[in-house]
Amino acid sequence: MLLNVRNLMIDYKTPRGNVRAVDDVSFEVPAGAVVGVVGESGCGKTTAVRALTRVMPGAARFAGGSIDFEGRDLVTLPEAEMRALLWREIAYVPQSAMNALDPVWRIGHQVEEVLRDRGGMGRRDARARSAELFDMVGLDAKRLRDYPHQFSGGMRQRASIALALALNPKLVIADEPVTALDVVIQRQVLDTFATLQRDLNLSVILVTHDISVVAYICDYVVVMYAGRVAEAGPVADVLSKPTHPYTMGLYNAFPELAGDDRDLSPIEGAPPDLLNPPKGCRFQPRCPFAQAHCGGTPPEVQVGPNHRAYCHRARDAAELRTKARRAETWEGVTAA
Amino acid sequence: MTDMQPLISAQSVSRSFDVSRSLTDILAGRQPKIHAVSDVSFTLRSGETLGIVGESGCGKTTLGRMLVKLIPPSEGAIEFDGRDLSDMDRPAELAFRRRAQLVFQNPFDALNPHFTILRSLQEPLRNARIPQEEHDDRIAEALRMVHLSAPEHFLKGYAHQLSGGQLQRVVLARALVLRPDFIVADEPVSMLDVSVRAGILNVLREVRDRLGLAAVFISHDLALVRYVCERTLTMYLGTVVEDAPTRALIEAPLHPYTKALIQAVPVPRVDQSHDPLPIHGALPDALNPPSGCRFRDRCPLAEPRCATETPELRDVGADRRVACHLV
Repeated sequence: MLLNVRNLMIDYKTPRGNVRAVDDVSFEVPAGAVVGVVGESGCGKTTAVRALTRVMPGAARFAGGSIDFEGRDLVTLPEAEMRALLWREIAYVPQSAMNALDPVWRIGHQVEEVLRDRGGMGRRDARARSAELFDMVGLDAKRLRDYPHQFSGGMRQRASIALALALNPKLVIADEPVTALDVVIQRQVLDTFATLQRDLNLSVILVTHDISVVAYICDYVVVMYAGRVAEAGPVADVLSKPTHPYTMGLYNAFPELAGDDRDLSPIEGAPPDLLNPPKGCRFQPRCPFAQAHCGGTPPEVQVGPNHRAYCHRARDAAELRTKARRAETWEGVTAA
Repeated sequence: MTDMQPLISAQSVSRSFDVSRSLTDILAGRQPKIHAVSDVSFTLRSGETLGIVGESGCGKTTLGRMLVKLIPPSEGAIEFDGRDLSDMDRPAELAFRRRAQLVFQNPFDALNPHFTILRSLQEPLRNARIPQEEHDDRIAEALRMVHLSAPEHFLKGYAHQLSGGQLQRVVLARALVLRPDFIVADEPVSMLDVSVRAGILNVLREVRDRLGLAAVFISHDLALVRYVCERTLTMYLGTVVEDAPTRALIEAPLHPYTKALIQAVPVPRVDQSHDPLPIHGALPDALNPPSGCRFRDRCPLAEPRCATETPELRDVGADRRVACHLV
């Protein structure tokens, strides 16, 4: 196992009190696998994966758990070693790569900077490597002389992937790499990503709110809700047998090109305020299948090999899946 | 006024934008232009919903902005209820601004952050000089339409206190308080989480069915358009390349570009095709569009004549049009 995150907890200090943004989150990344972390805005997915780089906002603190990366615990690793590990072993592609590049420097300069400062390369080698990286992500090396504003959204996304790959990392963490791109560009960027992942045997953590991106490119998926894992497992198993009602909801809310013209089933309401999370199952206030005992902490249920769900009603999942497909099931849940 | 008359009619509408000139351009007396929209024609009746799909940069947003008179066309004309948008006196313009509404793409900056939500909803009513005593009823009606429950909890609040889904519902409600006859929604769900998107799409559908207004829905995702629109135009680099009932467009696309757009639609299934799209590269430079068919350098089927002859948007069957030599 390349990466093993165990019982990770991260708190944010806010003026109104402590918020546990990541609560007891565990997942693994096997070498060479693509793991999707999926959930709504505010579910803690970005906080959880940023913690792997330890580059976190000032108000965030580790409150427990461990992050084992090839035998080193990234939570306690000395600062100097952590710094040495970033870019070289773990690279991060930030959300909205559109704005992640510095507008006043040529893109080539920004790539070379990483290669020279972090990789210790000479100018000539750095220049050659930059061209090679651009070629890998499907960009013309001539465009290294351009400024970020001369690039389209898709090109900027490719450039930031090239930047992340600069020092041959083992693990790339990409936060919403295709959000805000249109469907054609999204597909092209995902295809480039998939090819690189295979060719370089990269491990990838991909953060997204879009379950179709997970279906297209990931081997494993971790579904997060309100700071906790709701369900996790191999993508094929989780999508064919969603066991947590939240996963069913994510799936059924998706508009499709074929099939009948049914009403879509949105998940009504909004995620809970983490200053005051609901007791027991956090999805319960929005869940059409909630029962009295959902007020207790949900059990971990082993659904299949490597496939786990945290739901009191996991045993009824087959029946709930049928009901969850009907739009009226989801109507007016939160009004009650 | 008869129902047979189109409410909106776009006749050979084009729009170009000047770009900054280089020294050589200035010396040569040239003004380079980007042709964002070229020669687009269509009509839309009350009760009809038209989808416009295409990649970023295809001109769909520019077209949408012209339809609500935010920018004038450089050539051609847009008529609303029989009147040319560029030839309206002040009262006619005021009436048009009441009857046509735009829903913006990004709900996070569509509302004034200094206004309470209530004030944001009152603003269009004040601007349109709707009598004060009608305001509360109109706002309540619009909020019901977008299924915003418990408004007392947020009407006194500000935009930053609402979630993306709630905000987009407020933005929609703001467009509906004037009881418009025509709305243009420009990528109304692209900034929202998938789980929230479904709710907004359902609202758009209900609005369409209940109010019988004419609507234009702009998106890059055909699955979303299918959900809301009976008819769809595919745009490529400023031109309409296909126009068909949405169902027919998706089930039997004729233009190679529409086919690529369909194949690119993301689906939440593991057993989907991972074949490369039948289209490569990105949109060409709009300053120097390819000769002939603008799609030819990305088209898997292009022939020599595609470089020399520009394909006309011509009728194929009763209610379809396509611009391709090979159809």
